[in-house]
Amino acid sequence: MNSVSASIQSDRQPMLEMRGITKRFPGVIANDNVSFDVLPGEVHTLLGENGAGKSTLMKILYGLYQPDEGDVLINGEKVSLQSPSDAIDHRIGMIHQHFMLVSSLTVAENVALGLSSTRGPITDLKQVAKKIKSLSDRYGLHVDPDAYIWQLAVGERQRVEIIKALYRDVQLLVLDEPTAVLTPQEVDDFFVILREMTSDGRGLIFISHKMNEVMELSDRISVLRLGRLVGTTTPQETTREALAQMMVGREVDNTREERPATIGRTALSINRLSVGGDRGVDALIDFSLDVQQGEIVGLAGVSGNGQRELAEAISGLRPIKSGSISLFHDGNPKPIGGLGPKAVREAGLSFVPEERMRDGAIGEFSVADNMVLHNHHSTRFSRGGFLNFGEIHRHSQKLVDDFQVKTPSIDTPAKNLSGGNIQKMIIARELDSDPEVLIAAQPTRGVDIGAAEYIHARLVAARNAGTAILVISEDLDEVMLLADRIAVICQGRMMGVVDRIDASREQLGLMMAGVTD
Amino acid sequence: MRSYLIAASIAIASVAAALAVGAIMLLALGANPIDGYKTMFTAAFGSADGLASTAVKAIPLMLVGVGICIAFRANVINIGGEGQMVVGGLLATSVALALPNAPAVVLLPLILCAGIIGGAFWGSIPGALKAHYNVSEILSTIMLNIVAVQLMNFLLRGPLIDPGEIERGTRIPQTARLPEAADLPMLSETLNLHSGILIAIAAAIGAWVLLWRTGLGFRLRSVGLNPAAARYAGIPVKRNIIIAMTLSGAMSGLAGAILVFGSESHRMVTDGSTMGFTGSAGFNGIVVALFGALHPLWTIPSSFLFGGMLVGANSLQRVAQVPSALIIALNGLIVVFVVSTEWHRKRLQNQVQTQASQKNENEQSASDHGNAKS
Repeated sequence: MNSVSASIQSDRQPMLEMRGITKRFPGVIANDNVSFDVLPGEVHTLLGENGAGKSTLMKILYGLYQPDEGDVLINGEKVSLQSPSDAIDHRIGMIHQHFMLVSSLTVAENVALGLSSTRGPITDLKQVAKKIKSLSDRYGLHVDPDAYIWQLAVGERQRVEIIKALYRDVQLLVLDEPTAVLTPQEVDDFFVILREMTSDGRGLIFISHKMNEVMELSDRISVLRLGRLVGTTTPQETTREALAQMMVGREVDNTREERPATIGRTALSINRLSVGGDRGVDALIDFSLDVQQGEIVGLAGVSGNGQRELAEAISGLRPIKSGSISLFHDGNPKPIGGLGPKAVREAGLSFVPEERMRDGAIGEFSVADNMVLHNHHSTRFSRGGFLNFGEIHRHSQKLVDDFQVKTPSIDTPAKNLSGGNIQKMIIARELDSDPEVLIAAQPTRGVDIGAAEYIHARLVAARNAGTAILVISEDLDEVMLLADRIAVICQGRMMGVVDRIDASREQLGLMMAGVTD
Repeated sequence: MRSYLIAASIAIASVAAALAVGAIMLLALGANPIDGYKTMFTAAFGSADGLASTAVKAIPLMLVGVGICIAFRANVINIGGEGQMVVGGLLATSVALALPNAPAVVLLPLILCAGIIGGAFWGSIPGALKAHYNVSEILSTIMLNIVAVQLMNFLLRGPLIDPGEIERGTRIPQTARLPEAADLPMLSETLNLHSGILIAIAAAIGAWVLLWRTGLGFRLRSVGLNPAAARYAGIPVKRNIIIAMTLSGAMSGLAGAILVFGSESHRMVTDGSTMGFTGSAGFNGIVVALFGALHPLWTIPSSFLFGGMLVGANSLQRVAQVPSALIIALNGLIVVFVVSTEWHRKRLQNQVQTQASQKNENEQSASDHGNAKS
């Protein structure tokens, strides 16, 4: 990384300057006199917990909010950003955590959306596809312009977002937690792409929670806490621990209490499972995996290698082609493949879905309603078809307290909670029934450090209590932190299972890439 | 609380705006708008007789509207109120004709049930098509309206026709006078108001209880708001879509039965279209539900307002000599204003919510830090 010394930096004109930005919402100051700048060819990282004011600052930059005080300068000139189209006119791009893609359209169509065509009113998709191909080759993005978005895995969709930005020739790109969906090797490739972009003189604003990436990629790092800028530093001047402390204002515990797994009997057995995918190719091929009582098995893999289909097959949402999935009750197998989610839940399986807002919660429903989504019809919460609100409220209040879900009240709509608290709510609901088996897909993706730590602790506690847990995660750090055994999936096939103690990142990375000995 | 105020003020503003545009139309027709509106209001709400007529007009609107609310909460849109009313009316009529000597205590519940079953059946068809084959319920319900009308024309011209019409050779497509035991009891000796209004109000309250107090309502609403999460939680999405359409159809079918047995002729009559039988209540009920913010309880006052406009329209036509089509235009204008202000209401609500959640988030991180320090 070309580390630019401070003296040279001050000579160059910043491509973006945000000076003394203050943004107030009723009762709260989201940004309090924040100053932030980006030089050409620089990666400037913005670090902070959820609610620290990062997204407010970025929304101001993207024209979604207007600051109450302070100025935004682009190339030294004061600009007024009233809407995203103003921002786009100034060649500012943003890749959101939730991708802004139309899933029923192809990659090329998505890229062409909203752009004027060389052929007037008729979109010249061939031309667009050609340019996508050349950009894709140049930056190593491996994107097929004719693929439909719904066919693509999360990691691939992200590369489409990058293509979109490159296609529009943005000079300043905001990346909101872009590496959450990538393998270590992919992250390396991704960083090569980003460096390619900065070497063209583009500026990048990188938002991430992952310290090692932040340290590797950034030229400068600014930390926000409670709406205020805590400080700006460089990777040379700081350490991961110091950054984490700046961010949360306290020491972060990133080690796991060693407690050997008290492995019991097999609780979940997947045997030679094959499952169809959405693209006509089988998403899982001859996949076998056992999970025992009292252990956490981590399933590592690059996004889009069959993890989603596996979770759907186990939870009863996706029909299986061949093979079997069984839960065990007192040693007797009960096949659950293709039974549907209700029967699977009744057999003792719980799941934390990957897309928490789409599959895990109903945003408009209150926290209390969400807590009983799957068992509102049980005799405990329902009498003669009528809901027993007293009991539902008592139960939800208890779960909210037990799992430290921070919400103004249990009557608050779930969508008003932060991502971390929605996830805690879902974990509370899923662990409450003392499941025999828990499937947790991406349990802490996009969740702030505090909540992630807490969720990990609860998963380990459930394991210690004898639950068999399968954690499906694209975050290798998370898998290595949590799992007793690590399984690796690649292109729908089981690459092998290793004990965590014997596992190295390099070995797992090779397995994730499909390299076998 | 705040959202109710926003909703109410927008409803009132849209009525006012529609009346203002209507006033211009009245002026253009050479009538004095103030006198005209006074006439309408007095006719609909100014006397006991007027209120009774308004209530009678409100009954089918209320029932269809309540059905629309139920369907809407499960995110299905039932445009088939007309057809479901017709089928409910036909089945109820057939039952009454088949049991000419049954006593009222038996016959009245039977015909109401027949109406409910007929409408429910007609509503379940598009529900099943939507759930299993993803057929748009908007299209299938409209198509089934047409099928229902032809069924009605066939039955009332043939199997169900009044034998007297054949004897006289007039062949008016209508049934014989239905058994008196099936006449809906009148609520007052002097007023022309039958007990259908009580049934409709009870249905509205029942729908509210169903949607917000029962497990079934919980499932219907969860399927309507987020089918993916409902599916993950083990709630059968397809089944609940069918249930929603069935219940919605049942309400319209009940409206159809009440229309027949509360009518002054006590016959089921067709003029060849649905209009002649339903008076477009199957469509106007959608308007009523929209104006009532798709909430079963707000549908009650909403249906009185639109029922009153129908009554007022008739007297306006008599007194001011303006075409009653003006009132249809006024109805339409109110809807246009209500629907076009809907986005505004959502925006206002979102603003309130975003501010609340922003505040919430910041308070949370503030308390995080508080905890850490302590």
